[in-house]
Amino acid sequence: MSTETAAATAKKESLFSKKNRRLLSDPLDDSNPITVQVLGICSALAITVQLQQAVIMSLSVLFVMIGGNVIVSLLRNMIPDRIRIIVQLVIVASLVIIVDQVLKAFQPDISEKLSVFVGLIITNCIIMGRLEAFALANKPGPSFLDAIGNAMGYAWILLAVSVVREVFGSGAISLPGMGQIKFLPSSWFMSEGGFYENNNLMILPPMALITVGIIIWIQRSRNQALFEEN
Amino acid sequence: MEYLSIFVKGIFVENMIFAYFLGMCSYLAVSKTVKTANGLGLAVIFVLGITVPINYLLENYVLKEGALQWIDPAYASINLSFLSFIMFIAVIASMVQLVEMIVEKFAPALYGALGIFLPLIAVNCSILGGALFMQDRQYPSIGEATVFGLGSGVGWWLAIVAIAAIREKIRYSNVPAPLKGLGITFIITGLMGIAFMSFMGIEI
Repeated sequence: MSTETAAATAKKESLFSKKNRRLLSDPLDDSNPITVQVLGICSALAITVQLQQAVIMSLSVLFVMIGGNVIVSLLRNMIPDRIRIIVQLVIVASLVIIVDQVLKAFQPDISEKLSVFVGLIITNCIIMGRLEAFALANKPGPSFLDAIGNAMGYAWILLAVSVVREVFGSGAISLPGMGQIKFLPSSWFMSEGGFYENNNLMILPPMALITVGIIIWIQRSRNQALFEEN
Repeated sequence: MEYLSIFVKGIFVENMIFAYFLGMCSYLAVSKTVKTANGLGLAVIFVLGITVPINYLLENYVLKEGALQWIDPAYASINLSFLSFIMFIAVIASMVQLVEMIVEKFAPALYGALGIFLPLIAVNCSILGGALFMQDRQYPSIGEATVFGLGSGVGWWLAIVAIAAIREKIRYSNVPAPLKGLGITFIITGLMGIAFMSFMGIEI
């Protein structure tokens, strides 16, 4: 018993060594999957009209990412190099089917709103990119941390964009299970004789791109190392 | 007339990039010069034009509820649609591999132009997105599904060639340093998206 716990703590310490902690923290800022590595933009933009969709999408990506990274990392010595893309696609697709069925069963409204974008997690470049770049060459422990780090890096951009779009576009915040919470009194709106009007442009697709563009602008002006030539 | 309407809608109104953001990763990564953007765009048209009809057949004769009826009326209650993701992606990955080998053997010149882009396309969201939208919208015949695939492919090609041309020119402009590269590309794409929204609602 005591040797077991000692072994477990020793393993835990190595799992959270300085190098491994960087796996968690780097993707949040300096090597963010969306704003720096340019991966997984497709789904990030399309489902950020409301916060609740973004939350569900982030959790789905987190699940698929952890599952995919750990499974591929366990199988990394068995996968023949030539067919690795197809093997990875099959693993990811199976995980996405699980997510899709769970969403259809427990969150049918949101599943309806996300429509094809749940299926598109399969071709989400973050997942394939991390499988190729990290899980194929590393042990399951670090791969697990890498998955969490990158999924979190993806999630915070998603949440930030969707909060901006929903607050200015609908004057509300929505969370899964709680519905939409309006924080402006309805008498303020123009339709009720008030002075406030929602910015409908924010709900339209192009504003997602411009919002992400502005996040990139802010992030890069804080860090000279991320500047590009042209 | 129906076909023309689906085609034009696929290019302008429901443009893969500007309305649904599909295939953004390769759109941003491969749009530095018009020449390579053109090659990738043509490869996308090609692959969408092939995989959408194949997935249409798969959907209507294997996966949909009651689709197996053509084998035996007793199978009418079987619904395999939960398998559609894995089937579609398998079809896409194997078709891309097959197309790559056929093109290499019979059209070396085309392979020279498209070759390096074909493997990239298996994981391009717009291809799987095309298949999933086809499933979602339930086109009545294979002809319409094919035209939808080609139309969205052409829309994607148009978008990537346009942004590549703008990025070639913007090199000579004075963009703020933190916005250079990715940031300005996002904002330009957003502005192009606003321009494309003016096509909304056109019916032919």
